[in-house]
Amino acid sequence: MSASVLELPDYRELAPEVAARFDKISERPVILEVRNLNKVFESAEGPRQALKELSFEVRRREFVTVIGPSGCGKSTLIRMLAGLDEQSSGQILLDGREVSGPGPDRGMVFQGYTLFPWLTVKKNVMFGLEIGGHSEAVAESEALQWIEMVGLGSFANAYPNQLSGGMKQRVAIARALANKPRILIMDEPFGALDAQTRCQMQSHLIQIWRQVDVTILFITHDLEEACYLSDRIMVLGSNPGHLMEFIRNPVPRPRSDEQCLSPVFLSVKKKAGGVDPPGPILEPGATAEDSHDPGGG
Amino acid sequence: MKPTRDWLGLRRELPEGRRNVLVVFSFALPLMLWCLVSYVPWIWHPMVRIADPGEVSYFQKEMLIEKKVFAAENRTMREAGLRQAQGSPANPIFLPAPHKVAQALITAFQTPPRLPNEPWLHESLLHSISIIFWGFALSSIIGLPLGILCGTFRAASRLTEPFIEFFRYLPAPAFGALCVAMMGIHDAPKIAIIFIGTFFQQVLVIANTVRKNDPALLEAAQTLGASRRQLIFRVIIPGSITDIYNDMRILLGWAWTYLIVAELIGATSGITYFINQQGRYRNYENVYAAIMMIGVIGLATDLALAWLGNNLFPWKRQGQKSLWETALDYIRPDYVK
Ligand SMILES: Nc1ncnc2c1ncn2[C@@H]1O[C@H](COP(=O)(O)OP(=O)(O)OP(=O)(O)O)[C@@H](O)[C@H]1O
Ligand SMILES: [Mg+2]
Repeated sequence: MSASVLELPDYRELAPEVAARFDKISERPVILEVRNLNKVFESAEGPRQALKELSFEVRRREFVTVIGPSGCGKSTLIRMLAGLDEQSSGQILLDGREVSGPGPDRGMVFQGYTLFPWLTVKKNVMFGLEIGGHSEAVAESEALQWIEMVGLGSFANAYPNQLSGGMKQRVAIARALANKPRILIMDEPFGALDAQTRCQMQSHLIQIWRQVDVTILFITHDLEEACYLSDRIMVLGSNPGHLMEFIRNPVPRPRSDEQCLSPVFLSVKKKAGGVDPPGPILEPGATAEDSHDPGGG
Repeated sequence: MKPTRDWLGLRRELPEGRRNVLVVFSFALPLMLWCLVSYVPWIWHPMVRIADPGEVSYFQKEMLIEKKVFAAENRTMREAGLRQAQGSPANPIFLPAPHKVAQALITAFQTPPRLPNEPWLHESLLHSISIIFWGFALSSIIGLPLGILCGTFRAASRLTEPFIEFFRYLPAPAFGALCVAMMGIHDAPKIAIIFIGTFFQQVLVIANTVRKNDPALLEAAQTLGASRRQLIFRVIIPGSITDIYNDMRILLGWAWTYLIVAELIGATSGITYFINQQGRYRNYENVYAAIMMIGVIGLATDLALAWLGNNLFPWKRQGQKSLWETALDYIRPDYVK
């Protein structure tokens, strides 16, 4: 950690109302709890530890972003949370119950587009509902509400190949939310989108999150995205993947684009960037901001 | 990608006009070659068609004689002071001119068979089609589910595929004698040959197609709460159905290639019988006509299936297409198989 980062004033001192906000969050019940999570991949060259002793918790209606350099185990973590991979040791508790295997209580949105190409937008969103035993009529009316919520009402009968990347991800969000998951886990969902669309999607996601009672764990490698979206930022380091720091994001909500230039925002960004190791080595006097900005600004 | 005017653009589409020219040429060039060989007397024409036998004892009008023999006989006549034979260059009987074959394409259907119990051309064709149909249908009834099973469950794949991999190298016609011994000489052994020729490939091809299905979709469905059964029927099958459909079209083409061998087994039948008989009568126009009919039927079937597929799978479609547009797409190889 560079000297310049350490010199930053603590936001807690800056804003007592921020501390109050986080105290309130910490009174909410824990939705997701991860305890001493380890993941070792057995490869031809021998075992390789991808995640080491990871512990954290996410509270109800919290928006947590996970940030870290490529290869630090972000995807590995969420695949285990989703139940698609098994941890080597440790526990994952959802509402206090240990998760085993994938289930509709954890809604997933992946970076790659995973809509079913043979189903229309409406049928895609209905998929989880029908699987969950809802009648077709109920599933349809609920699906239409979710499609309306993500702003794609006029595309309900379109097939995924007729949608842009941003629209596909909105459908994926609607599909995940339609199941009323306890937590929505997103793995770099906007990574493949252009900068402009990504900005729109971010504010759209915030809007949805404000309207719906859902907890979000959002993975990204874009600092700005992490700062803009989150209540807390979980910074992972690599080799092996481990928790470096949990940053409380003091930027007040609702957040606007201009706020991305505010001193508080920049200080958070600097903090998150500063604990992100694989940048160029910081020269004395240079700020973390100048020399290391994995988000690309 | 925008079409390019460059004839040699790497993997680039050509403008509409150039594309159409090439489509026409793809059929016109072979036809032109055939016309050249048939109608230009100094190209090839290794025979002489006798117009006037002269005083050569065994020459007859309309007889086809090799050029060398014709010249030798005429030399003999000239030296003996006898009247020489007259004739014009001609191609061998096994290469009829295009117009002859075109005529035969019509007359072959109108000409009654020579022997009373022989089938008409259309009867022969129908018989062949029914053999293909039953062979392919039986193969698909077992092969399709088995292929999907193998593509879905490693256990099924490990249990069946090694043996099928071995069996598919055995040439189907090699089983002809066995099939006749077991099933008699009529249609059953022929259907069995088509079955053997198709089935083993079918299982492997379909299993592979199912395996190529995007695993991310399966995972997405799992996170939505799908059970194993729902994964199979709601993700694996619909996810590979279009590719399976195209596999089936290609496999149907392979089934046709086994037809002639199959029909030779036991009592020769169908289009093969027609071709053999016409060959025996030296009606080579009819032989060509019959062979072409196989090509036309094969192409027409595949075209109809392509059109049907476009209507069955709306998510693959770029827009509503008429049969004619499908045909154009089909001939221009820019459609994705
Ligand atoms: N199936 C696997 N077998 C072996 N090693 C793996 C496997 N999956 C991931 N890894 C290793 O685990 C580490 C973490 O990978 P992971 O995909 O979780 O990184 P990430 O943080 O998501 O990176 P990115 O930002 O590029 O998506 C990497 O070093 C990778 O090589
Ligand atoms: Mg990743």
